[in-house]
Amino acid sequence: MEKIPEKNKEIIIKNDSIDMANCPTCSTKVRIEAKNLTIKYGKEFGVKNVSVPIHDKNVTALIGPSGCGKTTFLRCLNRMHDLNKKVSISGQVLLDGQDIYDSKVNPVNIRRKIGMVFQKPTPFPTMSIYDNVVAGLKLVGIRNKSLLNEVCEKALTQAALFDEVKDRLKSPGGSLSGGQQQRLSIARALAIEPEVILMDEPTSSLDPKSTLKIEDLIFELKKNYSIVIVTHNLPQAARVSDCSIFMYLGELIEYGKTEKLFKNPSDKRTEEYITGKFG
Amino acid sequence: MANNLGNIINKKPIHIIYRWLGDKIFLSLSFILGLTIVLLAIAMGFVLYSESGETFKTFGVWGFIKGTDWDAGLHMSFGALPFIFGTLVTSIFSLLIAFLPSIAIAIFIAEYAPKWLSNITDNLINLIAAIPSVVVGIWGIFVFAPWMRDTFYMPIFLWTAENYPTLLPIIGSPIGYGMTTATIILALMIIPYITVLTKDAIKKVPQEQREAAYALGATKWEVIRMAILPYARGGIMAGAMLSFGRAIGETMAVAMLIGNKNSFPFSIVGPASTIPSVIINEFREAVSNIHVSSLMALGLILFVISLIVNLIAAYITRKLSITGGKVI
Ligand SMILES: Nc1ncnc2c1ncn2[C@@H]1O[C@H](COP(=O)(O)OP(=O)(O)OP(=O)(O)O)[C@@H](O)[C@H]1O
Ligand SMILES: [Mg+2]
Repeated sequence: MEKIPEKNKEIIIKNDSIDMANCPTCSTKVRIEAKNLTIKYGKEFGVKNVSVPIHDKNVTALIGPSGCGKTTFLRCLNRMHDLNKKVSISGQVLLDGQDIYDSKVNPVNIRRKIGMVFQKPTPFPTMSIYDNVVAGLKLVGIRNKSLLNEVCEKALTQAALFDEVKDRLKSPGGSLSGGQQQRLSIARALAIEPEVILMDEPTSSLDPKSTLKIEDLIFELKKNYSIVIVTHNLPQAARVSDCSIFMYLGELIEYGKTEKLFKNPSDKRTEEYITGKFG
Repeated sequence: MANNLGNIINKKPIHIIYRWLGDKIFLSLSFILGLTIVLLAIAMGFVLYSESGETFKTFGVWGFIKGTDWDAGLHMSFGALPFIFGTLVTSIFSLLIAFLPSIAIAIFIAEYAPKWLSNITDNLINLIAAIPSVVVGIWGIFVFAPWMRDTFYMPIFLWTAENYPTLLPIIGSPIGYGMTTATIILALMIIPYITVLTKDAIKKVPQEQREAAYALGATKWEVIRMAILPYARGGIMAGAMLSFGRAIGETMAVAMLIGNKNSFPFSIVGPASTIPSVIINEFREAVSNIHVSSLMALGLILFVISLIVNLIAAYITRKLSITGGKVI
């Protein structure tokens, strides 16, 4: 723990070498930008001094061995850490140039703009499938039945679930299988049409077929949204993402175009991880 | 090391017999204990029933239940309806009074209060729950009932006497001891129970459920409304029913405060009686067989009511609990 400052300096220098605003590999504008982001659980580091851009209309994959801080980083992007008093955050997260940790910013608005899909499916078990999907819309006061129906069908279709549940939209969300519940959670996140979607291993509980459907969906969504996806499935990262971030022990090791990062990584640790030597 | 462990594990014969025996002993023991408790309850019900025989023979089961007379002096005629009525009215209303405040307190403790404050409140509530009901009763007799009489009952009574004298029988005599006082005291006594059980149910809601709601852009209150309370509803309802059961059976404080009037008509603030209060008041003076038998029959009715409440509680809990087995 004592030596970390030394290490951090190294990282700062390294991160500064990335041209943030104009990533040479991505043409779209920067949607989110993390600047010198350090996240601590009490005294322990979750993420150490990470600076990285997230581009619009683009899929960014977050990869790295278990415990390297992927979830910690992801949750920081829509202020989910606000719920845990032990967590302290330094640095900035800019959404379209504005710091989302600014005291004037209401986290509720941030979370409406930056949706999240969790690793574990989390349908509201007492609500029907239908109510689960439109839960976020009802929060903002939308009561128009035909609009809700329309959004519900669209979101469920996008999440590749509609055909399976269209005859039982009124049955409880908890009555679905694990994989179906996950797709329901995805549909629920899509229904509020966020601008950025964060996904934490969204397909880890799905079968290959629904996994493919979700990957197709991600491909579809990136036309309009900016997506960050954490995954342990490297082929998946290679398939769906445009840019990749490799993290290790809380630090950002390498960031760049997915193709380059997978075929020709510049850091030895990235190469070792991608070739399966650890993690 | 590994070899050693292997050796230990491989000494099967002793182990298997040991484990088999242990299993058997434990199983039979818990079976016997469980059975004993069930048999005890059945035996209790049976004793109450057989002791009530004379009453049921004289008045008929239904006749006793719907009988409105309770006269142990002259006519030796006994009916349970006033007490059943008093018991149900006081406990239902105390539950209605206590329910929402308890939920609010529980939400405050579990979700809003900072740690130190929720600790203090927690301890305070446990403390209140631990006050013996006779102490509550004596406080009620000397402080609460006179205060209620002077502040509410008397003015209301006088106002009604002036403006709507025909309504006076419904209001009842404002002596301070009666149905309303007992109901409020009962409500105060069950608030800690509902609060604690609700708080536990809220604390059991998985963090993921909260986060899922937050991630949809819910505010704190919206998270409570859409994720926490629905998930905890089984536990909350079970808590309410258990507290209701407690209110039904509460004896001492009610007997001290309800005024003990054994026959209809009851009035809103005037004296009344409940099953437990009449039993505790009369078991010493009950000399004739039919009187004792009638008190036993009241006991049986209370037993059955409690049983029904518990069954309903179990049913509600099962109906409302979250499938997936994580909640009660
Ligand atoms: N709530 C928490 N309290 C304390 N420490 C935590 C907490 N959550 C994570 N950590 C720690 O922070 C570090 C990063 O955890 P994180 O969950 O971000 O890893 P991850 O990369 O998402 O791993 P995985 O791939 O297994 O999901 C780990 O060392 C972990 O022990
Ligand atoms: Mg994780």
